[in-house]
Amino acid sequence: MKIAFTTSGKTLDSPLNPRFGRAPGFLIYDTDDRSVEYISNTQNYNAAQGAGIQSAQNLGDAGVSAVVTGHCGPKAYSVLARAGITVYNTSLATVAEALEALQKGELSPAEGPDREGHWQ
Amino acid sequence: MRLAVASGKGGTGKTTVAVNLARVWNGPVQLLDCDVESPNAGLFLKGETLATEIAGMPVPAVDEALCTGCGICSAFCEYNSIACAGGTAMVFPEMCRGCGGCAMLCPVKAITEREHRIGVIETLGAGDITLIRGRLDVGAAMAPPLIRQVKLRASSELPCIIDCPPGTSCPVITAMKGSDMVLLVTEPTPFGLNDLELAVETVKELGMPFGVVLNRSGSGDRRVHEFCSSRGISLLMEIPDDRRYAEAYSRGELLADSFPGLRDLFAGLRAELEKHFDS
Repeated sequence: MKIAFTTSGKTLDSPLNPRFGRAPGFLIYDTDDRSVEYISNTQNYNAAQGAGIQSAQNLGDAGVSAVVTGHCGPKAYSVLARAGITVYNTSLATVAEALEALQKGELSPAEGPDREGHWQ
Repeated sequence: MRLAVASGKGGTGKTTVAVNLARVWNGPVQLLDCDVESPNAGLFLKGETLATEIAGMPVPAVDEALCTGCGICSAFCEYNSIACAGGTAMVFPEMCRGCGGCAMLCPVKAITEREHRIGVIETLGAGDITLIRGRLDVGAAMAPPLIRQVKLRASSELPCIIDCPPGTSCPVITAMKGSDMVLLVTEPTPFGLNDLELAVETVKELGMPFGVVLNRSGSGDRRVHEFCSSRGISLLMEIPDDRRYAEAYSRGELLADSFPGLRDLFAGLRAELEKHFDS
């Protein structure tokens, strides 16, 4: 199972970025072989609009099952939900801390977006 | 003839110039309120509503039974207004520009276009003035499609004065485009000058003839005068800074009706513009 973390770093000790759509990148952790892979999100970081939507689609295409981030708005959430990706919101500082909390069952799945959209 | 009244900075007096110019026009004239996010020309005109129409724009509708989730539509959309997830496309209509590219490219014809409401267009009659006003719905983000529809309502048989939104971005350009001339309204302040310079660059880029109207002249400084004379830009009219004008404006009065001196000033501007169009 693949879990995505919003971050600018390429290792597990990197800081967790609180933004989803405009995260600098995603660190994908594979629980099966404990491998990590970094996906740059530069294109969406600089997008005029719809960064969350596109980021969510990209994670769906990458075969991710869960995403751990700070906040997630309604459009991104709806795409993630459609792609079958569970969202976990946390304010933990690093990817490693968030991964540990997730594996210990300390994070609960988000039931919806925790931020309002930009276009309401 | 089509005249656009624009400005870089907001609150310089575009609407004041547009409605008063319409008031002193000889004969029937159309006034298009293209500041669709806050149309206010109607505040100065006492008239009756002749028509109200719902305005929309085309947005994609996905037939999920046909959609294969191939992603061609979302890859094409520059504005991320269509995404593919869980095997089908999802549409975010409020972000769509209505280009129709997704429907054209869909290999299985799963995308059709439907009308998505963005606002209303109201037509009011007030004496010789026909006001055509666009009003964007709260929450609708795309002004240009509504502005285009307001402009389509205008008859080419009658002169047309377009009250543009402020700034220099897409809504302004959509409103100005196709006009024979642009009046740039500004004020003698550092902000007024800075934004006038941006507006001048914009109209020059569009290759449109233009002139400047200076509002609240006598206040602030002389830098707008100096800018215009150094660039060879026509300063077509100066509205003096006068508290009485602001008070009349705040009561919704037309300056050309309340102050004979200003009526003459606007009539002089009209004559100047007519000379420009006759030559």
